[in-house]
Amino acid sequence: MIIRIMEEGQFRISGKLYDELNALDNRIVDFVAEGKKEAFKLEFSKMIEVIRTKGKPLLPEELLESEIIVPPEDLSFEEVREVFIGSGIFEA
Amino acid sequence: MGLFKRMEMVFKSKINKMITHMEDPRETLDYSYEKQLEMLQNVKRGVAEVVSSKKRLQLQRAKITKKLEKLEKQAKEAIAVEREELARLALERKAVFQQQIADINAEILELEKQEEKLIISEKRLSTKVEIFRTRKEAIKAQYSAAEAQVRINESFSGISEEMADVGLALERAENKMEEMKARSEALDELMEAGTLSELPGQGQDEIEKELSRISREKKLESELSKLKAEVGKEESQ
Repeated sequence: MIIRIMEEGQFRISGKLYDELNALDNRIVDFVAEGKKEAFKLEFSKMIEVIRTKGKPLLPEELLESEIIVPPEDLSFEEVREVFIGSGIFEA
Repeated sequence: MGLFKRMEMVFKSKINKMITHMEDPRETLDYSYEKQLEMLQNVKRGVAEVVSSKKRLQLQRAKITKKLEKLEKQAKEAIAVEREELARLALERKAVFQQQIADINAEILELEKQEEKLIISEKRLSTKVEIFRTRKEAIKAQYSAAEAQVRINESFSGISEEMADVGLALERAENKMEEMKARSEALDELMEAGTLSELPGQGQDEIEKELSRISREKKLESELSKLKAEVGKEESQ
């Protein structure tokens, strides 16, 4: 599958990692809901690290759609809240 | 709903706003290509804005550094005339300015990262736009409108996603620059209004004023004692 880390690029990654990433995603949601800033940061950087180390970057010439889109690495806690509320630049 | 799903919604909404569907899909391709070129221009402008924000901060840092040096000198002078409370005041202010400089340094570093990221994004988008242009021309030349529709989907969603990413990156960079600008203007105002160092309408700050008052007094005292000595001499003659 293809994953995009915003402001960084796309990665081709084994579909087997979907469950692992999904579990990380679920924990991130919980931490944001509970207002646990530090725990969110830790879990989020873990997620980025998994994608970077286990994925292979796409070539700039490849024009493909991603299955998963992950926010930029330096996403702040305030911004991730905006993602969930759907406000600011993360208006959905 | 998880972060992934949320981001997908954010992207879909951005992409929908960017794309205008024409009746003939081949026209949609042309229109999208124009938008891509516009986006490339926007990224270039974004990089230039980041660079000028950085320059503004560097100028401010230079200004504050000068104030720091002045305060250090004042603290020494105050100690020399045995006015510890004045020296303390100067050092307290110096600490405030040092913190400002540390903050500015962190902001400059962040802007440098932004600059680097935007330059990489611009290069990547530029490559993709070129690929898109070639495919678009091939599709326009070889296929009917109906066939073109089938052919374009993948590269079209690929480039649209890239555009949405770059667009969001630009918006984020602009938000950050605005925050920094607001902070830096507030700091300039504080410095100008004298809250941080100088008294309004006067070239000297209060520490400077006090120090020069002391130095005037000392001069006066020394002149007085000189006069007294002279008069004393005359009287004794």
